[in-house]
Amino acid sequence: MISRIAEIRSEAAAAIAAAGSSEELEGLRVRYLGRKAELPGVLRKISELPPEERGKVGGAANRARKELEELLGARAESLDASELDSKLAGDRLDVTLPGAPPHPVGHAHLVARTQRTIEDAMVGMGYTVAEGPEIEHDYYNFTALNHPPGHPARQLQDTFYVQSHPEVLLRTHTSPMQVRAMETQPPPIFVVVPGKVYRRDSDATHSPMFHQMEALAIAEGITLADLKGTLLTLARALFGETREVRLRPHYFPFTEPSVEVDVSCFQCEGTGALPDGSRCNICKGQGWIEILGAGMVDPNVLGFVEQYGYDAERVQGFAYGLGIERVAMLRHGVPDLRRFFDNDLRMLEQFA
Amino acid sequence: MRVPYSWLREYCDPGMTPAELADRLVMTGTEVERIDVVGPPRPEGFVVGKVEAAEQHPDADRLRVCSVDVGDGATRTIVCGAPNVAAGQTVAVALPGARMPGGEKLRKAKLRGVASEGMILAADELEVGEDHEGTLVLDDALLAGTPLTAVIPLAEPVLEIEVTPNRSDCFGLFGVAREVHAVTGAALGPEPWAEDVVAVGAGEVGELASVTVEVPELCPRFTARAFVEVELGPSPLWLQQRLSAAGQRPINNVVDITNYVMLLTAQPLHAYDLDRIPGGELIVRAATAGEKVTTLDGAEHTLDAETVLICDREQPTGIAGIMGGQVSEVSPETTRVLLEAANWNGTNILRTSRLLGLRSEASARFEKQLHPELAMRAQRIASRLLVELCDAKLVPGTIDVAASPPPAITLPLRAARVRGLLGMEIAQEDQIAYLERLGFGVAVEGDDLAVTVPPDRHHDVTREVDLIEEVARVHGLDEHLPTTLPAVGERVGRLSRPQRLRRRAEDSLRDLGFDQIVSWSFTDPGEAERLRIPADDLRAKPVRLANPLSEEQSAMRTTLLGSLLDSAARNAARGAQRVALYELGSVYLEEPPPAAGGPLAGDFPGERAAPVREPLRIGAIALGSLAPASWRGAAVPADFFALKGVAEALAGQLRVELGFAPGEQPFLHPGRTAAVSVGGAAAGWLGEVHPLVCRAWDVPAAVAFELEAAPLLAASTAGEEGYEDVTTFPAALRDIAVVVAEEVPAERVRATVLAAGGELLRSARVFDLYEGEQLGEGRKSLALGLELRAPDRTLTDDEVDGVRDAIVAALGAELGGQLRE
Ligand SMILES: [Zn+2]
Repeated sequence: MISRIAEIRSEAAAAIAAAGSSEELEGLRVRYLGRKAELPGVLRKISELPPEERGKVGGAANRARKELEELLGARAESLDASELDSKLAGDRLDVTLPGAPPHPVGHAHLVARTQRTIEDAMVGMGYTVAEGPEIEHDYYNFTALNHPPGHPARQLQDTFYVQSHPEVLLRTHTSPMQVRAMETQPPPIFVVVPGKVYRRDSDATHSPMFHQMEALAIAEGITLADLKGTLLTLARALFGETREVRLRPHYFPFTEPSVEVDVSCFQCEGTGALPDGSRCNICKGQGWIEILGAGMVDPNVLGFVEQYGYDAERVQGFAYGLGIERVAMLRHGVPDLRRFFDNDLRMLEQFA
Repeated sequence: MRVPYSWLREYCDPGMTPAELADRLVMTGTEVERIDVVGPPRPEGFVVGKVEAAEQHPDADRLRVCSVDVGDGATRTIVCGAPNVAAGQTVAVALPGARMPGGEKLRKAKLRGVASEGMILAADELEVGEDHEGTLVLDDALLAGTPLTAVIPLAEPVLEIEVTPNRSDCFGLFGVAREVHAVTGAALGPEPWAEDVVAVGAGEVGELASVTVEVPELCPRFTARAFVEVELGPSPLWLQQRLSAAGQRPINNVVDITNYVMLLTAQPLHAYDLDRIPGGELIVRAATAGEKVTTLDGAEHTLDAETVLICDREQPTGIAGIMGGQVSEVSPETTRVLLEAANWNGTNILRTSRLLGLRSEASARFEKQLHPELAMRAQRIASRLLVELCDAKLVPGTIDVAASPPPAITLPLRAARVRGLLGMEIAQEDQIAYLERLGFGVAVEGDDLAVTVPPDRHHDVTREVDLIEEVARVHGLDEHLPTTLPAVGERVGRLSRPQRLRRRAEDSLRDLGFDQIVSWSFTDPGEAERLRIPADDLRAKPVRLANPLSEEQSAMRTTLLGSLLDSAARNAARGAQRVALYELGSVYLEEPPPAAGGPLAGDFPGERAAPVREPLRIGAIALGSLAPASWRGAAVPADFFALKGVAEALAGQLRVELGFAPGEQPFLHPGRTAAVSVGGAAAGWLGEVHPLVCRAWDVPAAVAFELEAAPLLAASTAGEEGYEDVTTFPAALRDIAVVVAEEVPAERVRATVLAAGGELLRSARVFDLYEGEQLGEGRKSLALGLELRAPDRTLTDDEVDGVRDAIVAALGAELGGQLRE
């Protein structure tokens, strides 16, 4: 009897190992461990054996059954996995179809984005951001900025006037906010003024509307050298860490001394030439790019706000005015200023 | 201002190339726009020739075959078309190989069968004047073969200088020479007006002419000299060359001299034919309003009462400081000349020139306000030239009608102030050297200086700070100025809360799928009508520009919607399937701004309120779909609720509760318009754009909103949220469906639920709408999700049911609603 049990065990074990599907395995389970199978029959009929054999045969049969159950379980697990694999392998997608579009994300306008970059650089240097009206009094746009009526410097900026009031205009620069800011806050004052400005001019580099960033810093002991350091910091924030700035004397009615400011070219590293020897197109071979006008705030301007604490013998400072589109054009190679206001999706979507 | 290099070098030779000089000028504050070359690009191949014979060409009536000695031993045959060429003339010759102006190389050529070994030049072929008719006849004393460049400058470099409005002195060549002297240190020649000519004519100028100035405040000085026996004719070649190079057309010797002296001194002059001034009387007076004058250019101008005229006894002869008239113009018959050098009020010249739309070389100088001293400088130089070049005789005396000259200015220049303003040291001896080279008088007072301003700079340098600029720019800012930063002190840089929230709003709309646009503030005055805005609405009365570039850009926008539609329509026309745009910008309303808070509720309003109200708005428009179609399914249409969802998501990002109620806007679908409010106050609109408005913009359909930024940002609590414990005692969730009459707004149902739910009801959200026959005619069912929670305990089923029963009771009592089972 014991040898028969061993025979069943080894026959069953071989069959289980050879089973190729879960169905076949289930058949083997019924055949070897089912109600009508031989091994369970042995166990059922154990009482019919002589008492001295009962323990031995019962033990062997039980061990064999347990062993077969384990073998069946292990084989079933491995068959499941391979069957799943073959099933998945048959379940194929065309992975080359386009992905389902996610909810589309929009784009920031390049001018707004550039404005933020400049604001952030200036905020980092301790400035607050002031904004003001675009339709402005002549007084703030010109007179209080040392452009008295009839002054030839007024012609430097061709101005839009408002029909209903001859003394009201579209601001030609963000500088009127210099005066409003100083009327509001005594020194020290450190503000930047972003916003739309208007000049009566239209071609590839002049738009009747564009954006400027004005900076004003007035306190005791601020020097032209401080202006240079501030502009160097800004230029590096906007155009790269290796930039240098160059100050050229110039004339603006509301600053004295006045300077125009060049930044070393970021494309040719100030050499004026590209690696292949050709002339750099961004700086036109000069190595320098003019980016803004600046200067020490003219004492006459401070004179208009003297009653608010701006005594030109005690405090002094600088101002600059930067064209935001100009920065964007340089940074991103936009050729025509007016493209910014076309709002063509094909352009908008180029900038995240 | 064009500066011919050879002329500049007559007064100051910088000892460097024009390009090097330009660099130096640019770095010291004089903008050099470009360097031109006038005449042939190179002097080689241009020589003096002697015409030995000039014979008729056998086969061409208009050509002559000349034998020309060009000094190299052989005689050359040159075919020439000029009618005046004749044997014995000394002429300018270009030999084969010479490069003509424009760069073309001259070659030997056969002209009607005769080989020509060069070219006899007319004036315009050397870019000296415009004469092309005759050959340029040179002085017979010149030897054949002399390089032409020894006679007149060839390949003349000309610096084109942009003169800033403060530097009227650089509108004169001698002023530029002084500037070159100052910034290079090269020697400066004597002032060209230093010597006056001796009068040799008979009598006295007062016997020939008189000047009456009726408006001395507008004409601070009027000088006049008389010349007799003037021989009018062409100017000598050198003068023609200089004028041409400087951009002035040579006319005749008298007029050329006035232009030449103006270019040299910045002081404009005017020459009259004295015989054409009745009685020699000139009167300077204000025009009568409406008076008409014809200027030299043939144009008739109507004047106002502030325009100043120079008149003779009978009629105006010119508009003062701007342009002469035809009445007493110098002509070939002229033999007696009255030469005017006057000084005018610059502001008035500028005003008149703008009013008449008439600018001239003279007005461009006078409007910068010249010093009266310049008039006599110009008289001296012009007198000498008239005597030398026109054989004229100066009549003794000068008419000089002048107010007292402005007093000389002496300014302190404190060493401490120089250092304090610039942040760099400039040694006293350097300061003195720079100022003296610029023509200032300097006296040392310890560490400081006392500086006297020359007449040329009288209106430019009026304060110590102007002197600091002068020494700084000559010293050099680029190489010497240190790089420092202002002390930080107590300041902290940051954006204001509204500014930060605005960025958040921009980012939210971007993340919600909208592209940001920046639009023209201008629009056309017809936009309001296209938006169906009635004429009496403030938005139909835009701020108009007095001098727009075009009618399309002549008004300031009163809505963002117009701008959004413009951009949407353009993109739709280009074939865009999905257009979702937003703009954050101002509109301009012709009404007073709010009394407090400035235009953007900004922190720096200043003293004077803004002229008009410029509210900042947030607007969005969507056309087509918000989420695009794909192979997996159709697009999500951009309809009212899609855009409302966007507005709600924006509000969610700003932590603002927006109210929506049925509203009315002329440009929106009357049944699909929501009035948007914040905290009960109106804050804009949202809706479907009216089909007629869509048609006007040629877009199929669109939804849009336009919200006031100020109330939205003011109500925002974003960034100020406090923590709430929602985990210890979890919420109970219940859904209810209630059947109400169709016309009851969903928001009213929700409000009723919220009110009845009391403290325990934390939120109620409408998540389904059902309308069907089984509900009966005119009924609808709304499903709401309720969230109930207490901060201090987990709610029991009894508590939750109690709240639910209260809600059901309220819905029944207030709205006639019944629970749908
Ligand atoms: Zn470059």
